[in-house]
Amino acid sequence: MKNKKINGLSLQVIPFAEVEKMGISERVKKILDLVLGNKIVIIHGRLRAEEEARLIEDTMAMVDHIKGFKGIELAVIAPSMKDKGFLDKMKYNLAKNLVGDSAALTVIGPSSVVKEIKRDPKKIELLLN
Amino acid sequence: MLKIIKNFSKRMLKLLFKKRENIKIGFYGPPNSGKTSLANRICKDWTGEEIGMASKVPHETRHVQFKEKVEIKHKGKTLTFKLIDTPGIATKIDYEEFIEYGIKKGDAKKRAKEATQGIIESIQWLDDMDAIVVVLDSAENPYSQVNITIIGNVAARKIPVLIVANKIDLKKADVKKVEAAFPEYDVVGISAKDGINMDEFYESLFKLAKKA
Repeated sequence: MKNKKINGLSLQVIPFAEVEKMGISERVKKILDLVLGNKIVIIHGRLRAEEEARLIEDTMAMVDHIKGFKGIELAVIAPSMKDKGFLDKMKYNLAKNLVGDSAALTVIGPSSVVKEIKRDPKKIELLLN
Repeated sequence: MLKIIKNFSKRMLKLLFKKRENIKIGFYGPPNSGKTSLANRICKDWTGEEIGMASKVPHETRHVQFKEKVEIKHKGKTLTFKLIDTPGIATKIDYEEFIEYGIKKGDAKKRAKEATQGIIESIQWLDDMDAIVVVLDSAENPYSQVNITIIGNVAARKIPVLIVANKIDLKKADVKKVEAAFPEYDVVGISAKDGINMDEFYESLFKLAKKA
């Protein structure tokens, strides 16, 4: 796990291999522990839909119980499959279903640090407080 | 994976044995997209009474609300369903945001607490839905992560979905952008507030119910 400091901001990069074998609870707990430590987490890979939902559920439970915690900002940058051929799309979807979307990047930060993550299909923009 | 198999078997059993006259249709979306306004319009048009209160302040709906046996008649067809209006899903709740709308600090904190619980309730209800109408604000960026998470979760559960691009009465509204963001799904542009394009919406609702 790499830890980088940029202008007082702490970024935590988590390689896909590190979270690959974790269960949903463990994965979500790891992310939220880091976010509660005021870190912006960058995961190589994409959470599954049900993991994203669980992350929101657990975040809401924490907003309710941890003073000063207001929630998270979350964004996924995934490679576009729009112009790819049928075989590429099929391979990508098969890999995605088997091991999750490891070609994507997931960015998660505490909402008190990250004002907004603006997302459009080609770029991602972190607006910091 | 087990959940998907379970949901699939549940749907198959329902298809075989359940009388399809009271399916559960859930209204999901981010806060302030107009879920309750749309639910109110449907309920008022067809049952004579509204389901809940809509407001400009986000998180007005903080509990799941129902209307049993809503019967819609459209082009000679009848659809009876249970309408379920859910609290808007968000990844953050800041009580100070409510204060900006003139709500007192104590009430704002209470509202924030209820809103967090409402979001959890919304997510937990997903598994019980037969079909889902995702209501989005067509004047906002459709690529928000909450929209993607909601639609991703509905798709993962193999629940039929209809996307409503609401608020087409606004100048900034862009239904085409919503369609481009979610090309695999049926998108219908409406204004729940002004009742624009409701005929097309009802047509799409019948199609959705058929898939449930």
